[in-house]
Amino acid sequence: MTVLFGQLFTGVSIGAVLLLIALGLALTFGQMNVINMAHGEFIMAGAYTTYVLQQTVTTAGWSLLVALPVAFAVAGAMGVLLEVLLIRRLYARPLDTLLVTWGVSLMLQQLARDVFGSPNVQTRAPALLTGNIALPGGLTVANNRLFILALALAAVLALTLALRLTPLGRRIRAVVQNRDLAAVSGIPTARVDRTTFFIGSGLAGVAGVALTLLGPIGPTMGTNLIIDAFLVVVVGGIGQLKGSVIVAFALGVLQATGEYLTTLSVAKVIVFVAIVAFLQWRPQGLFTLRTRSLA
Amino acid sequence: MTGPQLDGLCVRDLRVTFDGFTAVDGVDLDVPPGDIRFLIGPNGAGKTTLVDAVTGLVRATGSARFGDRELLGRDVHRIARLGIGRTFQTASVFEELTVVQNLDIAAGATRSWWTLARRRHRVPDEVAAALETIGLADRGDQLAGALAHGQKQWLEIGMLLVSDARLLLLDEPVAGMSHEERDATGALLETVSRDRTVVVIEHDMDFLRRFARSVTVLHAGKVLSEGTVAQVQADPRVQEVYLGVDTASEA
Repeated sequence: MTVLFGQLFTGVSIGAVLLLIALGLALTFGQMNVINMAHGEFIMAGAYTTYVLQQTVTTAGWSLLVALPVAFAVAGAMGVLLEVLLIRRLYARPLDTLLVTWGVSLMLQQLARDVFGSPNVQTRAPALLTGNIALPGGLTVANNRLFILALALAAVLALTLALRLTPLGRRIRAVVQNRDLAAVSGIPTARVDRTTFFIGSGLAGVAGVALTLLGPIGPTMGTNLIIDAFLVVVVGGIGQLKGSVIVAFALGVLQATGEYLTTLSVAKVIVFVAIVAFLQWRPQGLFTLRTRSLA
Repeated sequence: MTGPQLDGLCVRDLRVTFDGFTAVDGVDLDVPPGDIRFLIGPNGAGKTTLVDAVTGLVRATGSARFGDRELLGRDVHRIARLGIGRTFQTASVFEELTVVQNLDIAAGATRSWWTLARRRHRVPDEVAAALETIGLADRGDQLAGALAHGQKQWLEIGMLLVSDARLLLLDEPVAGMSHEERDATGALLETVSRDRTVVVIEHDMDFLRRFARSVTVLHAGKVLSEGTVAQVQADPRVQEVYLGVDTASEA
């Protein structure tokens, strides 16, 4: 029971990280139909930002706090740069975008190797986040995983409120629903696209900060996560946050429980089979937004 | 709501090419201020492409001036903010937003969180006025996706009204409407044309005869004929293109 609970909680926290990554993908994919393969490298950028900050701000606790906004800005800026320099020019060419961003992803990985070296590096977690909290019944939850869960939920909440209540959020929703109509209604779609890319990529950077609490940082850390994040977006339904939230946690828990009952590889197989079966049943994902597009 | 001035549309030598295919081939068009101009022509004549070019959705060469401002070469949203409003062939509204929210977006209302939270009590004046004009006053809180087809098209026109559009480019505004709805739409056009210039793409000849003030016939990307309804109908070239067929029910 104790072990199973531990695994479940691990699954939930993995789901939280996936969620942070998938939120950004869901935004950019839903709004621009852009499949950004370099999204994983924005995670890496966020993680290395934490690492670099720890070299300068030596107190572990402070460096993490500083790292969150800085990583958001760094990854967000990289996203905007990518959008302006490449993706904007490949508008409505999804396959080319896929290849180009994949190329960018490889280049960024190599850049990380050149700057930080191939071996993984490690950051120190703040003392506050290294312990456990004991729950009644002999159950324990790790502080760092609890923190990540809170971080992801805060991000979802902030994003949802921003989309619902701010003028910018309504513009984003309008562009997602009907780009041409939004443009002829006077909404500057190019600027809205850039803002969306900034927010989405920035969230990947925040996910990178969260990941430094769970393990070492390496140049290829993004690649391992990006596939799972894409699965979350596809299964959750494109252009909707609600679906991503549910699926991210479901995937994390399924993965962790599978690992506990079998092995790591078998757990992966179980997850993939479950997804294939689900998509047979609902190819459009859990929730869909697009009811019809403009002819 | 009265616009400060009434402007006309002046198009010169407009050309649009898609991969070697010339969809609009040197069109000259003068729509005087306050006109209700109907654009007609067979399928593929370039009517919608002409509107796309004027609103910036496709690239074009030549010139399109509204009042004294050149439109070509500007971003889509900039053109929209100059007072050019359009609707699309398929009724295009933000289906997941309510009627009032749709109008709010078009009005560019900035205090949207307030409007959203208090929409029953704080509908902006221009939005309320537009709701009244388009006859959807009792449906403000309904999701636009749940409206009937004709109502969606009125909502589109309403969105143009609140956005202070002074040139309305309407792409088949009565397609799929019942007779009563067509009459209501025609009356709406006459109301809005009091202080706006209106261009209508339409296949419905009966609707055209009743509400057009002037007509331009496009064929294969060029202007074939122009004038009053009677003049255009009497033009042998127009009869030839349409083979004498009244295409009233084509759309």
